[in-house]
Amino acid sequence: MTDLAKKTDTVTLTIDGIEVTAEKGELVIRVAERMGIAIPRFCDHPLLDPAGACRQCLVEIEGQRKPVASCTQAVAEGMVVKTQLTSPVADKAQHGVMELLLANHPLDCPTCDKGGECPLQNQAMSNGRVDSRFHEHKREYEKPIHISSQVLLDRERCILCQRCTRFSEEIAGDKFIDLMDRSSGEQINVYRDDFFGGAGTGDGQVGEGEGDVAFDSYFSGNTIQICPVGALTGEQYRFRARPFDLVSSPTACEHCASGCSMRADHRRGKVLRRLAGDDAAVNEEWNCDKGRWGFRYATANDRIMNPLVRDAATGELREASWSEALLAAATGLQGAKGKGVGVLTGGRLTVEDAYAYAKFARVALGTNDIDFRSRPLSSEEADFLAASVAGVTDVTYEDVENASSAVIVSFEPEEESPILFLRLRKGHNKKKLQVTAIAPYLSRGLSKIGATLVQAVPGDEARLLADDPAVAAALSAPGSLLLVGERLATVPGGLSAAAALAERTGARLAWIPRRAGDRGAVDAGLLPNLLPGGRPVNDPAARAELSLSWGVETGALPSVPGRDTDGIIAAAAAGRLGGLLVGGVDTNDLSDPRLAEQALDAADFVVSLEMRPTTVTRRADVVLPIAPAQEKAGTYMDWEGRLRSFETVLPSTSMTDGRVLEAVAALMEVTLGTGDVMAIRRELGSMPASNSARPVAPMVAAGAPAKPGAGEAVLATWHHLIDQGSLLDGDDVLKGTARLPQVRIGKDVAETLGVAEGDVVTVSTDRGGISLPAAITDLPPQTVWVPTNSPGSTLRRSLGVTSGAIVRLTAGIPGPILAEGATV
Amino acid sequence: MTDTNIDFSEAAAPLVEKLLAPALEIIARYPAGRERSALLPLLHLVQTQEGHVSPSGVAFCADVLGINKAQVGAVATFYTMYKRRPTGDYLVSVCTNTLCNMMGGQRVYDELSEHLGVGHDETTADGKITFEHAECLAACDYAPVVTVNYDFAIDEATPESAIALVEKLRNGERPAPSRGARLGSLKEMQHQLAGFSDERDGALADGPAGTPTLRGVTLAQQHGVAVANFNPDTPIAKTKPAREGGNTGNEVKK
Amino acid sequence: MTQPSSEVLQKLTPVLTKRWLSPDAYKIDVYQRLDGYAALRKALDVHPDDLIQLVKDSGLRGRGGAGFPTGLKWGFIPQGDGKPHYLVINADEGEPGTCKDLPLMTYDPHSLIEGAIIASYAIRANQAFIYIRGEAVHAARRLRAAVDEAYRKGFLGRNIMGSGFDLDLVVHSGAGAYICGEETALLDSLEGFRGQPRLRPPFPAIAGLYASPTVVNNVGTIASVPYIVLGGADWWKSMGTEKSSGPMIYSLSGRIANPGQYECGLGITLRELIELAGGMKPGHQLKFWTPGGSSTPLLTAEHIDTPMDFEGVAAAGSLLGTTAMQIFSDQDCPVYATWRWLEFYHHESCGKCTPCREGNYWMTRTYRRILSGEGTYQDLDTLMDTADNIFGRSFCGLGDGAATPVMSTLNYFRQDYLDYIEGRTAPRLSSKALVGAH
Repeated sequence: MTDLAKKTDTVTLTIDGIEVTAEKGELVIRVAERMGIAIPRFCDHPLLDPAGACRQCLVEIEGQRKPVASCTQAVAEGMVVKTQLTSPVADKAQHGVMELLLANHPLDCPTCDKGGECPLQNQAMSNGRVDSRFHEHKREYEKPIHISSQVLLDRERCILCQRCTRFSEEIAGDKFIDLMDRSSGEQINVYRDDFFGGAGTGDGQVGEGEGDVAFDSYFSGNTIQICPVGALTGEQYRFRARPFDLVSSPTACEHCASGCSMRADHRRGKVLRRLAGDDAAVNEEWNCDKGRWGFRYATANDRIMNPLVRDAATGELREASWSEALLAAATGLQGAKGKGVGVLTGGRLTVEDAYAYAKFARVALGTNDIDFRSRPLSSEEADFLAASVAGVTDVTYEDVENASSAVIVSFEPEEESPILFLRLRKGHNKKKLQVTAIAPYLSRGLSKIGATLVQAVPGDEARLLADDPAVAAALSAPGSLLLVGERLATVPGGLSAAAALAERTGARLAWIPRRAGDRGAVDAGLLPNLLPGGRPVNDPAARAELSLSWGVETGALPSVPGRDTDGIIAAAAAGRLGGLLVGGVDTNDLSDPRLAEQALDAADFVVSLEMRPTTVTRRADVVLPIAPAQEKAGTYMDWEGRLRSFETVLPSTSMTDGRVLEAVAALMEVTLGTGDVMAIRRELGSMPASNSARPVAPMVAAGAPAKPGAGEAVLATWHHLIDQGSLLDGDDVLKGTARLPQVRIGKDVAETLGVAEGDVVTVSTDRGGISLPAAITDLPPQTVWVPTNSPGSTLRRSLGVTSGAIVRLTAGIPGPILAEGATV
Repeated sequence: MTDTNIDFSEAAAPLVEKLLAPALEIIARYPAGRERSALLPLLHLVQTQEGHVSPSGVAFCADVLGINKAQVGAVATFYTMYKRRPTGDYLVSVCTNTLCNMMGGQRVYDELSEHLGVGHDETTADGKITFEHAECLAACDYAPVVTVNYDFAIDEATPESAIALVEKLRNGERPAPSRGARLGSLKEMQHQLAGFSDERDGALADGPAGTPTLRGVTLAQQHGVAVANFNPDTPIAKTKPAREGGNTGNEVKK
Repeated sequence: MTQPSSEVLQKLTPVLTKRWLSPDAYKIDVYQRLDGYAALRKALDVHPDDLIQLVKDSGLRGRGGAGFPTGLKWGFIPQGDGKPHYLVINADEGEPGTCKDLPLMTYDPHSLIEGAIIASYAIRANQAFIYIRGEAVHAARRLRAAVDEAYRKGFLGRNIMGSGFDLDLVVHSGAGAYICGEETALLDSLEGFRGQPRLRPPFPAIAGLYASPTVVNNVGTIASVPYIVLGGADWWKSMGTEKSSGPMIYSLSGRIANPGQYECGLGITLRELIELAGGMKPGHQLKFWTPGGSSTPLLTAEHIDTPMDFEGVAAAGSLLGTTAMQIFSDQDCPVYATWRWLEFYHHESCGKCTPCREGNYWMTRTYRRILSGEGTYQDLDTLMDTADNIFGRSFCGLGDGAATPVMSTLNYFRQDYLDYIEGRTAPRLSSKALVGAH
């Protein structure tokens, strides 16, 4: 039926004398492009609504009195289009517009970042005049001006195509840049007091006027990328390179589980910038600022380039040769094996490296004490991941865009998966997606996707998933989606209720972890209950499959589910583990950083695979440096379960975790076969799908939220996208665009405490306190929100609790309270 | 919209007490969900207090409509009637568009500018007069024209009549406009621009229309010219009954 | 000053201007005594579709410049679509030379309100807006008072005259932007945005105000409606020409003895209008004139007998526009006039599209140079070519309007330009206007 329908939805037209069939409603400029006819353009962008503003793409259409902007003109049956290639009228019109665009454009191409890759420069050569007939001075502006700590605006170069403002409004929903003034004085700018007689020059850093509002967007870098001239530039890349000196390598983003395709531009062994790659199925042509600008950690001065071993004589770490360090690691682990070695990995691992850890743990260490979850977790979650996530690829970005309804729970899309956020927004704005969010308050991100709030006190999500009629109703339509964030793990019964709800309503379920390596870790078997390929540890048949694949004796694989992250830490802290193998864990991320550090201290032997010094390396007996993402090949699995493979951007001598583990294993007389990424891919590719039965979803009863007493509140928290995460170290300009750390309290709490917006409020537990300015927010009664890991708000370290816990609230910074047996 | 639970920013605070009530009245003129339509009148409204759109004024409009300041700024900088620096009591505008210009408007502008010692969009040191040249004020049959606070102040203006006018204004007089009602201050005028009626006595009356306005119709009257065969009872062809089930427009939920 | 002949006097058609003679017609009681609200009573007694047909039959065409058939426009509004419909009246009078809507709203505001109620009833709108130019404060004052009166009398609000029809009418003042006379820019402005034109399609009839079906009509168009309802289509067509029916208010200004508003049947000529206006000012010879505001191509003395209707003016290579005839004489310099118009278009360009934003800016610079005696022959080619690069290339008609006087004067009065370039005409601008030129 659709085939037939589609046929009647096409039209036939001719462009430059060539007959072509196009979809009804398609724009002339796009159809021409498909035919290989390049019509010059500036304002046009395939992912933005047509504007028709720059007028560069004028063509002649038979029967039309005037030249027509091909970026706004839809095709029609029998239309006869003549572009600049066949129409002198179109050609002259284009030359005319180009002359006017250039009339006021400065001739600073030699010092412009865009020079060499500039659509204006290029199209001026192909479709412009050789000289200008206007002689007066060009209009001048102060240049460039900061509109955020990262983004600079040069209004002289700007041709007012409005791609940036349209992106910010249509795609990101962050309308902090807009057209100001009119006529030839029209300019792009942020709000500045100076425009209205206030303080500041209007020409300098945003913020000179106290009321100035910066370009506050996690997606601001895209405006730089789509700017067709050099009007928008980024502080980080500005004046660093010429495009033609750069080598571009396609890659994938290592930060979150959105799975963005990226392009890394490098020169002489150094990445100078990163751009969003084109992948219509995933990130379209966008990425977030964290992905674009967060890459300097890899070239930080403190990067560990040589192995370290703890000197027996001094007790200090010292540099060592690889052979010494590997031997020390192998010997130490071998020795610790008897008592048991726990394996902790973070969220940065590629699928290949994750697989190496999974195999190493089972084959070389003989343990299932392995877990990638370096954050608050539950055993219910492990069961849920085994039942509903491992190996499942039920929901895609396209499904999200086209869904009629989606319920999201314990998931803050803009902060925790920004590209999925953009797709939710697109679905909401362009199609008919209705989002229902189970969350403590309607955040800025949620309101930008038009979410309906089902307000939840942290801890009450399970009950709402099970009982709330609005939630069930939102999933009643076919094609509905239930998107659960990793934070639901901390709500007893939450994931059980989610699985049950999906089952009951037929909604498709997707689990959205926060970090790039998380989903791959599930499928690679970095869980105490799960072997690679979603094979349950306690299923003999599954173990047998794997034994066969790995060429180890049946029965050699440990058969009992191991300890999870919390269990490993507790055991180690209690001296019940002989060793720890830690790869890419920041103890600040763990539910109790201090306990984790005690565990590291208590363990007899600790091996750390790391890039840079951390709380783990400082406590390790052997530190083995490994390659950052840009120096290795690998694959991330995004939240969809889609593989995002990438090759080495910068060849170096740094080794992957898998290669290091293989070398350690070899000294333990185990052949791991994870030394090169291609080998792992082959091994994974040849591993047959498991025949073992998928475990049933957990059925943990819903818990009730904690009941705060007087002066107390229930804690809600999640990570800001741009926060203290170690992969953002060194990117201070980027950190300047982070959201302000605030403590969010409801009006009830504000009244009780007698505080107003902006007054300092302290959130505390017996362990310590966090003091931040208050933002009065529509929260459930006696609920408080703080960011998880932002400046001044290192929640897990300072308070030792997480979402759902009871905390105390006080106005101001009450020093004495903290003195009662607590240190910050 | 009766929701007054608006969280006003510090910048907007000075205007809230005086302007919140009229602001809500303005917003109520527009359909529910279309509050943003109130932005132009609200920008006029904030000028009633400060004589221009100040950072406070922008913040007030943004807060009361729930939009951001860049969005308000984009609009406030687009329209010429939103002044962005403090203004005088009277805005004196001289039309210098082509026809007025060539009929003497440019000379009026130039001499008045020299007399006042200020140029376009500038305010005299005594704070009385903000001076500007204006584009066509839709009174070409009275060219050249000068307006004060947008009311037509002098028709067929000359440099002398214009200078006499500003001198009166500076002396505290409020000369009657050539057409239009009693002169008010620029801030008072903003109240009307915000859509509120002019409640002053005699605000509406200004006698008969000016001679040029009435030229054609006067000629017709003088010569007894009228359009023939006008019969107000001419029937309208009816093809269906006037009301189909209570015809009240295209019924929609308000 | 000459007296008009009786033959020419007979061409006057005082219809819309008639009540202007009554100083108190702005008050509802007076208005009602002068046939006011009789048309409304009559209109509410017929089916809306029959009213649309009546307006179609009358041949009424939009008075705002484009001359689109009004009944047809109303008929485009989809009925039974479940969406709110809106009537928006374009009272943003600002086309240079035009001064007919302001007096109409000042001296006969109820005729517009009555027309608005009838039109809203016809298109099934329960909400209407009058977007009045910000600077038109006195007209707005009168209009607002009249709207208040109409509410009090039950002509606006709920269940108008017992018909079951509801209508709210809001008078919305603009804030100083000529571009808002363009209907889609007006809609954006009315929605609280920068007044920049929208892409079409979708057209306002489908997605206008608040993305709902909307009729945008000029003041003169809507004010004509009560007369058509009262006098009928045939009576209306007894004025004007076959394709351009009805009376039209011609705004005459400039070098004539009696500038003013002259309401005549469409199709009258400038020669006749000048006769009505008492002839040219003594000592002045007609040199050039705008048929319908400065955005319409200029005409010259040779066009004095062109019929001033949509077809006649188009045949002469111009546009009827707003029938705003600015009349210039041999004592007026067309180069200077064009420069000043360009400064206006430059000032009012919304900035959205390149040709208008940049073209007007750069052309004003070139004109300043020519008028300062520093022009070159090449400048004339540049101006003509730039005007050609703006005309029909910009986003909306403002660019066309700006290019128009440039092309007209270069065509008709090239010698006047050469006189500046070759030093026969003394510079009109001092070189201080040329800061930055090189």
